[in-house]
Amino acid sequence: MGPLRKPGTPLSVVSANPTSPAGPQIHATLTDVTRIYPGSKGRPSFHALGPVSLNLRAGEFFSVVGPSGCGKSTLLDVMAGLNPASSGSVIFEGVPVHAKVPDGVAVVFQEDATFPWLTVYDNAAFGARRAGLPEPEIRERVEHALAFMGLKAFTQSYPAQLSGGMRQRVCIARAMVVRPRLMLLDEPFGALDQQTRLLMGDEMLKLWRDTGATVMLITHSIDEAVLLSDRIGVMSACPGRFIETIETNWPRERDSNTALDARFGELTARVWGLLRGEAMKALGSQT
Amino acid sequence: MNLATRWRLALMVAFVLTLELASRLAWIDPVSFIPPSRMVVGAWQLLRSGDYTDDILLTLSSAALAVVMAVVAGFAFGVALYKLPRVRRVLDPLLMSYYAVPIFVIYPILIVLMGLNRWPLISLGVLFAIVAMAVNTLNGLERVPRVMLRTARALRMSPLAEIRLITLPASLPFVFTGIKLSVVYAFIAIVAGEFVLSGSGFGYRIAFAYNNFDNPSMYGLMLLLLLFVGTLNMLLHMAEARLYRRMSRAAT
Repeated sequence: MGPLRKPGTPLSVVSANPTSPAGPQIHATLTDVTRIYPGSKGRPSFHALGPVSLNLRAGEFFSVVGPSGCGKSTLLDVMAGLNPASSGSVIFEGVPVHAKVPDGVAVVFQEDATFPWLTVYDNAAFGARRAGLPEPEIRERVEHALAFMGLKAFTQSYPAQLSGGMRQRVCIARAMVVRPRLMLLDEPFGALDQQTRLLMGDEMLKLWRDTGATVMLITHSIDEAVLLSDRIGVMSACPGRFIETIETNWPRERDSNTALDARFGELTARVWGLLRGEAMKALGSQT
Repeated sequence: MNLATRWRLALMVAFVLTLELASRLAWIDPVSFIPPSRMVVGAWQLLRSGDYTDDILLTLSSAALAVVMAVVAGFAFGVALYKLPRVRRVLDPLLMSYYAVPIFVIYPILIVLMGLNRWPLISLGVLFAIVAMAVNTLNGLERVPRVMLRTARALRMSPLAEIRLITLPASLPFVFTGIKLSVVYAFIAIVAGEFVLSGSGFGYRIAFAYNNFDNPSMYGLMLLLLLFVGTLNMLLHMAEARLYRRMSRAAT
C-alpha cells in the first residue's frame, strides 16, 4: 500500500461526475420496479423489492446498501436482466431490459464463479471468446486485465491454486475483458477478509477510473459504500425501497485513504442513522 | 512410491507368499486350493492354448457393450431426470431402492424374451449399471454451482453452449464416478450370469472347470479375470486422477 495521507489534509471537493451543463447523462433507468414472487399452493406471494426508481448516471460509482434480505441482490438481478421485474421498467442505454442480459453489461457475483477446469488465462478469456473476439485481441485484453489485477504470475495456474481474493480478481478480470459499459457487482468482496476487501476496493476504483464504466455495487458494508461511491442508495428493509440517495462528492482520484477524511465519519454516521431502524426491522422479521 | 503404497505392496506379496507356502506344505487342502505359482502357470497355459480366447473375448466384448449402452442411456436418463423435476419426484424413491432388488431374478424372463444368446446377459449388465450412471449424472448436474449457471446467463450463452462449456465440465467428476461404477456393475452382472446359465464366456468356463475338478484352469481363469478387471480399473483410476489434478484444491 502507498503512504497514508496525513490526517487532516483536506480532500479537494470536486464532483466525481463529468457533468454537462444539461446535467449528468443517464445510463440506465429503473422506473417503479417491483419484484413479487407469486405464491403457490396456499403459500402467500412474496414481495421482495420495490417499488424502486433510480437514474444511474453515466460513469458514476453507485452503491446500494441495505439491511440483509432487503432485496439488494434482487435489484441487481432485475437491473442485469437475470430476473424479470414484476412491474415497472428497466431501461439500459435507451433499450428496455427484459429477461436477457444486455450487451455492454457485465456482472460479478459474490460467490466464486471461476471455472475450476480452466486456467486463470482461459477463465479471464472466457467471456471475450463467447463474444467471438479475434484471438490476438483477446490475448492483448486478457494480458492487460491479468496484469491490472496482479495475476500476471498466475496465468497458467488453476483456480484451485489461488486464494479466495485472487479468484475473485479472476472473475473481475473476466468481466473487464469484455469492456462493459455497466458493471454490476453483487457483493463481490463479501466473502473476503477486511484487509483484502480494502485492497480490492482500491483496485475497483482504479478499474472504474481506467475504463470509464458505470459501476453499481451491492454491499451490506456501510464503510465500503462510503469509501467507494459517488452516490449511495440506502435501502429500507424488505421489500426494499430507496429511503435516500446520498452524494459523497469525493474526487474521482481516490482510494481507501479516504477513510481518514473527516467527512468519511460523517457520511458513515448518516448512512447508519438511516439504516439502523431498517436493520432492526430486518432482524425482527428474521427471528 | 510413498510409504502407504510400499506397505500395501508388501502386504500383497506377503499374502501371496503365505498362500503359496500354505498350499505347498498342505496346511490347506491341496485338492481344493492350488499354490498361486501354479495358478499363474495355469493362466499362461490356457492363454497359450487358445482354447479360451473366444470365451474371454466374448465376455470382454459383452461387458464393453453393456458399459457403453449403460453409460450412454444412463447419462441421457440422468439429464432427463434433471430437466424434468416432476418426473424425478415420482421416480426418486424407486431409483433409491433399485439396488435392493436382486436384478438377477429377471434373467429367466430375459432369456425367454431374447433367447439363449449373449443379449440377455448384456441386458442384465445394462440394467445393473444404468441406474448407477443415471443417479451419478443427476447428482453431478445438481451440484453445478448456481453461480456458474448465472455466469452463463450473464455472458448471454445459449443453452447448448451452457451445457457444453459449463454444465458438462462442472459435473464431470460425478459423471466419471458413474462410468467407473458402470464398468464394475456390468462385469459383475455378466460374469455372474455366465456362471449361472450360459454356454460360453468367462464365467461359464470357470464354472465348467470347477465342476470338472480342473483346478489349474479354474484358478487360472479367475486370475486372468482379476487381472483384466484390475487393469481396467487402474486405467480408469489414472484417467480420473488426471482429471482431478486440475480441479482438486490440494493441487500445488
